[in-house]
Amino acid sequence: MSDLQSQDYIRRSASTMTPPATRSHEEQVAKLIDVSRCIGCKACQAACMEWNDLRPEIGYFEGSYENPNDLGPSVWTLMKFNEYENEQGNLEWLIRKDGCMHCEDPGCLKACPAPGAIVQYANGIVDFISDKCIGCGYCIKGCPFNIPRVSKTDHKSYKCTLCSDRVTVGLEPACVKACPTGAIMFGSKTDMQHQAADRIVDLKSRGFAKAGLYDPPEVGGTHVMYVLHHADKPSLYSGLPDKPHISYIVQAWKGLYKPLAVAGIALAALAGFFHWITVGPNDTMREDEDEAAREIRETKEEQVP
Amino acid sequence: MTNTWGDIRNADVVIVMGGNAAEAHPCGFKWVIEAKIENGAKLIVVDPRFTRTASVADYYAPIRPGTDIAFLSGLMHYLLTHDKIQHTYVKNYTNASLLVKEEFSFQDGLFSGFNEDNHSYDKSSWDYELGEDGFAKADDTWQNPRCVINLLKEHVSRYTPEMVSRICGTPQDKFLHICELIASTCVPDRAMTSLFALGWTQHTVGVQNIRAMAMVQLLLGNIGVAGGGMNALRGHSNIQGLTDVGLLSNQLPGYMNLPTDKETSYDEYMKTRLFKPLRPGQTSFYQNTRKLFVSLQKALFGDAATAETNWAYDLLPKLDIPLYDIIKAFEMMNNGQMGGYICQGFNPLQAFPDRGKIRAGLSKLKFLVTMDPLDTETSRFWQDFGPQNPAKSHEIQTEVFQLPVSCFAEENGSLVNSARWLQWHWKAADPPGIAKSDLWIMAGLFQRLRALYQKEGGAFPDSLMAMTWNYMNPWEPEPEELAKEMNGRFLADVTDPVTNVTSKGGTLLDGFSQLRDDGSTASGCWIFAGSFTEKGNQMARRDATDPREQGLSPNWAWAWPANRRILYNRASADPDGKPWNPRKPVIEWNGSKWVGIDVPDYPVAQKPSANDGPFIMTVEGQARLFGRNLLVEGPFPEHYEPMESPVENVLHPKVRSNPMARVFEHDRNNFGKPSDFPFVATTYRLTEHFHFWTKHALINAVLQPEEFVEIGEVLAKEKGIAQGGWVKVSSKRGEVICKAYVTKRIKPLLVDGKATHVIGVPLHWGFTGQARKGYGANTLTPSVGDANTQTPEFKAFLVNVETTSAPTA
Repeated sequence: MSDLQSQDYIRRSASTMTPPATRSHEEQVAKLIDVSRCIGCKACQAACMEWNDLRPEIGYFEGSYENPNDLGPSVWTLMKFNEYENEQGNLEWLIRKDGCMHCEDPGCLKACPAPGAIVQYANGIVDFISDKCIGCGYCIKGCPFNIPRVSKTDHKSYKCTLCSDRVTVGLEPACVKACPTGAIMFGSKTDMQHQAADRIVDLKSRGFAKAGLYDPPEVGGTHVMYVLHHADKPSLYSGLPDKPHISYIVQAWKGLYKPLAVAGIALAALAGFFHWITVGPNDTMREDEDEAAREIRETKEEQVP
Repeated sequence: MTNTWGDIRNADVVIVMGGNAAEAHPCGFKWVIEAKIENGAKLIVVDPRFTRTASVADYYAPIRPGTDIAFLSGLMHYLLTHDKIQHTYVKNYTNASLLVKEEFSFQDGLFSGFNEDNHSYDKSSWDYELGEDGFAKADDTWQNPRCVINLLKEHVSRYTPEMVSRICGTPQDKFLHICELIASTCVPDRAMTSLFALGWTQHTVGVQNIRAMAMVQLLLGNIGVAGGGMNALRGHSNIQGLTDVGLLSNQLPGYMNLPTDKETSYDEYMKTRLFKPLRPGQTSFYQNTRKLFVSLQKALFGDAATAETNWAYDLLPKLDIPLYDIIKAFEMMNNGQMGGYICQGFNPLQAFPDRGKIRAGLSKLKFLVTMDPLDTETSRFWQDFGPQNPAKSHEIQTEVFQLPVSCFAEENGSLVNSARWLQWHWKAADPPGIAKSDLWIMAGLFQRLRALYQKEGGAFPDSLMAMTWNYMNPWEPEPEELAKEMNGRFLADVTDPVTNVTSKGGTLLDGFSQLRDDGSTASGCWIFAGSFTEKGNQMARRDATDPREQGLSPNWAWAWPANRRILYNRASADPDGKPWNPRKPVIEWNGSKWVGIDVPDYPVAQKPSANDGPFIMTVEGQARLFGRNLLVEGPFPEHYEPMESPVENVLHPKVRSNPMARVFEHDRNNFGKPSDFPFVATTYRLTEHFHFWTKHALINAVLQPEEFVEIGEVLAKEKGIAQGGWVKVSSKRGEVICKAYVTKRIKPLLVDGKATHVIGVPLHWGFTGQARKGYGANTLTPSVGDANTQTPEFKAFLVNVETTSAPTA
C-alpha cells in the first residue's frame, strides 16, 4: 500500500539488486500479540478498517464469531476463535488476531515476479507496493501463513502493512492503539521479546507450563509475534502453523531454479561464443536475401486495403 | 460502582458474575487485565456461558440462569462455617452484632408477616430489638442467637455445597474451589472486587442478587478498601446519569423519593425521613434530608417554594402505586389507559419484554413521539417489515412524530460513567440534516405547553406555571446553564456558622455541605453539588495525575459525591484509623484529621475513637447484613426460581418464585410451562455491538452481521441442529427464526438430577439499520420485573428450539 523511500528498502521483489539501504540506524520493529490477554473484542479489526479505509461487505453468520468469514482484500486482520477442550477436560476459548506476520524471510516477496511490488523496509515491515503489483497471486503461494488476498476489483494483492504509514511517522499501528486490554503491543523487536518473556513467566505461574513466544525461526523470525499459552501447539490457535515454511516450489523458484536458469542462459551464451570461435559467424547466401525481400513485399501488399 | 475503574487494578481477586465485563465493557476491562498482570490477581468468572471474559479467566464455573442467590448464599455458608470472615471488620462495621426482633422469622420460603390473600408483607418484624434509649440492642460477643450474624448463619445453613450444586447445576468441586479463592481475601490486606451488571439486575430477584454479593463483600471486609467494592458496570451511556437525576417514575434527583399520595403534607413526607440514629454517636447523614429537599424545591419552583407554601410541596406529583415503570406503562397502553407516549432516546420495541405486547400497546396510542439520532424500530413499529415486524399498518391509527436529535458528539454536555464521574464533553460536529438537540425540543415543548395552558387553562397547571426557567434563551437553554442549575447556588448571602465565611447570593455552591433548609440555597441535584463551582467546570478537568498510582486520578473529571472516588472509604482503615492494607491505603487518621488519596467519606475531623461508624449514610453507621425493611421480599436474600423455570424450588416447593413479584394477569397467562418450553434461555450483548445502536453503523454491522442463538453441542445433536443451520426458538410469547451457533461453550447442567440445557440469545438485531434483519430477543422474554425495581427478567426464561428453514421475507 504505502511506499516509503527506496533508501529504506532492504529487500525488493524480483530484483537482483536492491538499492543499498542508506539509513542504517533504523531499529527492527515488532508487534507483539499477547493472546492470553486478548478478549476478542475486534477493536483491532474496526481500527484497521477505519485507518485503512476498508469497508468489506456485510456478511452472514456462519457458525462462529469470525466476521468477516475470511481475510480479504479489505480484511487485513481477523479475529479467529477456537473452542478447545484441554487434557483436563476444561474448555479454553483460544482467540487469535490473524494477519500478516511480517516474516524476516518473507515468502511472498520471494515468490513475487513483479519487480518492486513487494518490499521489506529496514525496520522489518514487509509491504506491498500496489502500483507495481500485477495481481498474479504468487505471493499467496509464497506465504506460509495464507495471508495475502487478490482483489477482484483492481486485481492487486493486499494484506496488513503493519501501518507502515503510521510507523514511519512514529505512531503505533492502528490496531495497537485501539486494543483496550493492551494485548497488542508495538516497539522494537528486542523490547517486545523482553515484554514477552515477562508475560511467559506470569503464564507459567498460572499453570501454563508450555507458555512461550511464537517467533518462528523457519522464516527467520517474524515482526508480528505471539505470546501463546500453548507455545508447543501453535496449531491450536485456528491453524497457526507449528512449523511455517515457504512452499518448496517457491524456494526452488528462487533457490534452486534461479541459479540453474542463470546457468542455462550463461551456457547458451557460451555455446554461441564457442560456436562463433570454432565455426565462425553464420553467413547468408544471395538466395536467402532475395527470398526475404519477396516476403516483405508480399506482406506489405496484403496489408493495403 | 462503590469504587472506580482504575481502582480495579488493586484487586487480588476479581469476580465477574452477573455480568460479562470483557464483552460489555471492553475498555474498562483493561483494569482487570492490569490487576492480573501488575497485581497477580486471579480472575473468576461464573456465568451460564463460557464468555469472552471467561476466555481470559483463571477459573470458570457454569451456573444455571437465575440461581445466583443460591450460589452466593452457599458462598456465605462456606465463609461462615470455615471461619473465613474478617472479624474486626464484621464486628465493627456491619450490623452483625445487632439483635433482631423476636417476631422475625423465616419459614418455608417466607419471612414473617406474609399475607397470603394479597401477597404482601407486614414488615414490622423485620427490624432490630430497640432498647429503652431508642437505640438498637447489640451483643458484641455474638452469643445471643438473635444477633444478625447468627440469624444469617442459620438462614444460609441450608445452602450446603450439595444444595448449591443441586440448584445451580455448578459442579461441587468447582463451587468449592471458587469459595476457596474468594475466602483468600478475608485477610485485611487482600481485596476482591465484584464486577456485575445486568446479569444480576435483570431478574425477578435482581436487587437481592446484588445484596447477596454485597453481604459476601462485607463478611470479607472488602467494602471501602482499594481493590474492593461492589462495582455495577452500567450498561448504557448515560444510565448512571439518568438514575442520578432521578429520571424514574418514583424518584427525585439525588436518590430522593417522590412523595406518595399518603404523604399529604411536607411534614408527613418528612416524618419517615428524619433518620434518627439507631446507634449512639452516629452521623446518619440523611438527617440532612430537609436541606437536600428544600434546595431541590427552590431549584424547581424558585420563588413559589417558600416556608409558607411548605416549599411548594403541593406542586410535586404524588404516587398512588409504588412506581410507574415501563412494564406498567405498556400494560396501561394495552388497557387503553395511556393515550400518548414520548420516547426520548429509548427504543422500547427492541428494549422491553414481550415485543408482541409492546407493539400492541404502541398500536393503541393516539400519538407517539420519538426523539432519537437513529431511525429506531419503535418509530417504525407500524410498518410491515416482513416476519421481523409483521405490522398491519392499515389497522394502526397511532400518529407518530419522529424527531431526529443530535448525538453526544454533536453537543456539549456531561455523561456520568459507572464510576460516578461526571465527564464533560465538547461538541465536535454539527448534527446532520434537521436534527436538533434534546434541549431545543424539550424547551420548545415546555414553552408551547405553558402558553396553551395560559390561553386555555386546564387541570392543575400550577406546577408547569411555577417551574423556574431562568435561561438566557428560554427556547434553547445551554448545557452549561443546566449544569450550573444542578450544581446549585446561593440565593442569598449566607455565612457559614463554622468558618464564618460569607458566600454571596447568586454564587455557585462548592458542595452539598453548604445546602440549607431555609430557602437560601438551590440545587437541582444535590449529589452533583461541587461539579460546577465558581472555580469553573470541574467536570471538564483532565489531569490524570494519580497519587500513589492507585488508579484514583482525583483531578480527572469530577465524581459524585464530593469528588469521592471510593465510597465508604472510612472502612479502608481499621477502627483506630490505620489502613487495613498498608500497601494500598485510601485514607487514614493522622492524629488530627483524616488524610489520604481520596476525599474522606467521613467527617474529616471525627476521631476514630468517636464510635461513629464508617457507613455514615445509614442510621446504624454500619453496613447491613440484615437489610431491615428496605426491600420488598425480605431482609435476607432467598433463592426463588425465575418466573419461568424448568424445576421446582427444592428449598420450598410451595413458594417457588419471588412471592412479591408483580405480575399482570395477561402476562401471567403468557408464562410458559417446562413441558412445552423445556430449555432455559438467557439474553445478552456481544462486544461487537452497543445495544440496538451500532447495527446502524457499517463497521459494527460487518463485525457481527446477523442474528443467531447459541446452543450447546449436546442439545444440538439431540435436536439435529447443524452448525450455522436455521432454528426456530419459541417461547409462550413469540418466536425467533435465526441461525444456530453450535458451541462447546454451553454445556448441559445437572440440575436436581436432570440435564438442563441453556440457550443463549444475543439481542442486537432488529429491522432498521445496516445489519441483517432480526426478530429481536425481546420477542421471547416475559413481561415481569424485579419485585423492587421492575427491571425486566431478561436473563432467565423458558423456550423451545427446533430446526427450521430460513424465514421467507
